Amino acid sequence: MITARGLTKRFGEKTAVDDVSFTVEPGRVTGFLGPNGAGKSTTMRMILGLDRPTGGTVTVAGVRYARLGAPLHEVGALLDAQAMHGGRSAYNHLRCLARSNGIPTRRVDRVLELVGLRSVAKKPAKGFSMGMGQRLGIAGALLGDPAVLMFDEPVNGLDPEGIVWIRTLMRSLAAEGRTVFVSSHLMSEMALTADHLIVIGRGRILADTSVREFIETNATSHVRVRSPELAELGPLLARRHWRVEVDPDGSLRVFGADPASIGDVAAAAGVRLHELSPVRPSLEEAFMRLTGDTVEYHAGGLHEHEAEDEAVGGPPPDDFPQDSPPGGPPPGSPPDEGPSGPPASGPTGMWEGGRS
Amino acid sequence: MTAAEAPDAAERPGTRGRPATFADAVASEWIKILTVRSTFWTLLAGLVVTIGLSGLLALVFVSAYDNLTPHDKLQFDPTAYGLVGIQFGMVAFGVLGVLVITGEYATGMIRTSLTAVPRRARLFAAKALVLGVVVLIVGEIVSFAAYFLSQLIFADKNLNEGLGAHGVLRAVIGGGLFLTLIALFALAFGALLRHTAGAVTTVLGLLFVLPIVASFLPGTFGETVRKLMPSAAGGAVMGTRPSRDLLSPWTGLGLFALYTAVLLIVALVLFQKRDA
Repeated sequence: MITARGLTKRFGEKTAVDDVSFTVEPGRVTGFLGPNGAGKSTTMRMILGLDRPTGGTVTVAGVRYARLGAPLHEVGALLDAQAMHGGRSAYNHLRCLARSNGIPTRRVDRVLELVGLRSVAKKPAKGFSMGMGQRLGIAGALLGDPAVLMFDEPVNGLDPEGIVWIRTLMRSLAAEGRTVFVSSHLMSEMALTADHLIVIGRGRILADTSVREFIETNATSHVRVRSPELAELGPLLARRHWRVEVDPDGSLRVFGADPASIGDVAAAAGVRLHELSPVRPSLEEAFMRLTGDTVEYHAGGLHEHEAEDEAVGGPPPDDFPQDSPPGGPPPGSPPDEGPSGPPASGPTGMWEGGRS
Repeated sequence: MTAAEAPDAAERPGTRGRPATFADAVASEWIKILTVRSTFWTLLAGLVVTIGLSGLLALVFVSAYDNLTPHDKLQFDPTAYGLVGIQFGMVAFGVLGVLVITGEYATGMIRTSLTAVPRRARLFAAKALVLGVVVLIVGEIVSFAAYFLSQLIFADKNLNEGLGAHGVLRAVIGGGLFLTLIALFALAFGALLRHTAGAVTTVLGLLFVLPIVASFLPGTFGETVRKLMPSAAGGAVMGTRPSRDLLSPWTGLGLFALYTAVLLIVALVLFQKRDA
């Protein structure tokens, strides 16, 4: 169990983690979800005592990490796979870690086997691919057979087979009753792996809830509408008190309406439709809505989505935004969830209903 | 996967280990220092440079001996001269001292190390101890080898001095101690600067450049400052003739040990305070 209370970390002027409190429970995979730069790694580093909190406390099994008698038996952590001396062989790397906590050497062979690195155990780690480095880091985390496991962006650099492997591993570790805390900015990954979510944005906890509940609370199903005559259709739909948002790819998201009624409105106005499809909520969707105004870098939008209390008050445009070419996706590809790029902000424009 | 290895699963999953000790940290650092190639190469360089230069300069001295003034002949300290290679070989031992810690910062290994041994004072002390022991062993071998080789060469002109002569054994053992302190001195800078090139440059500057600067200081003030330079103070232990340019052997080595201790303490305080 990991317990953070009022955990805060400032680097000079910048607050990386801002008064964060949460508990990571055993027996399930807890996803730590947030865009790059949200404070995930800093929080994990504070859990391990690598960074000193500016304020607040964080404990593992009720104790500050630095006071654990046999830390590797309590917590196994993969922070970044490159955190090893490249000149040392995988075997020797694990051997010096094991020795520092009085773990017998045969356990080194065991974890090397477990992560599938036995054949390269005597090779220097610098020759390893990123995926192999990741596996070696995981082997280090498993060395002490700990009750708490922490993985920071574990699927980075893994091939599809490796991703499935680590997903299965995390789930089985949790099923054994261990505490599994895994950070990621990949929502699809979290949707598949996590039972519980702690969502962080700009150093603050935005949600601490089960995955299912998170989706239900933060995402509602909507209807995606494509039409060559969006400029006409948008205001028409908005007038029906449905919430209408412009997707970055040029389609509309209509909330609170079923496809049939939208089709009727379009037909009555003589507007051609190219797509009319109901979209079920996803974790992505929920995340985007929740962090719409908490991501550090916006993809650049017409109107910032107001997700939280901060009503930034961008002028709600009740006419169609001029700089968005209606009737077709803009030349740039729709923002995709990539491993490194800044996460796309949510909807980039919206019409509010009831403005006629 | 590991459920079978967790007999106390009823209470909590996983294995409960006994509390780790300082001895565990030392054993771990021992594996670390022996499993990187830089250790082997720096020690080999230190060995070759120290013994090689001591022998070479002894040969040069012997061949020029007949042309020396009677005063110079009288001043000759065969032991100190025989160990002169240490003044150059110390660079390699200094580099090893720096690398022991900056190598971990450069690779990110330090974060893994601190996760395994979160008690930072323990990790730091274990590192210093292991480095000290390794360099002490190799340093004494190097010092004795340089001494014996040079005395063999000096024997040509009957200039050699045996280990039983006044101060000789102390000087030769002192050579190994000096190298050990050099490595620890360098470790402190490695930990302070956390950057290999910066720390090596600083250590070389303090050992070689600072004395040059001090050589321009005038009068007795300059004389005093020169005696207090780290390399001059530490090197005093290798002399067997009283010299007005040097502190007495143990005072000198003691002063260098004091510098090193202060630097290590400052480095440790920062090591405990800073984010890794």
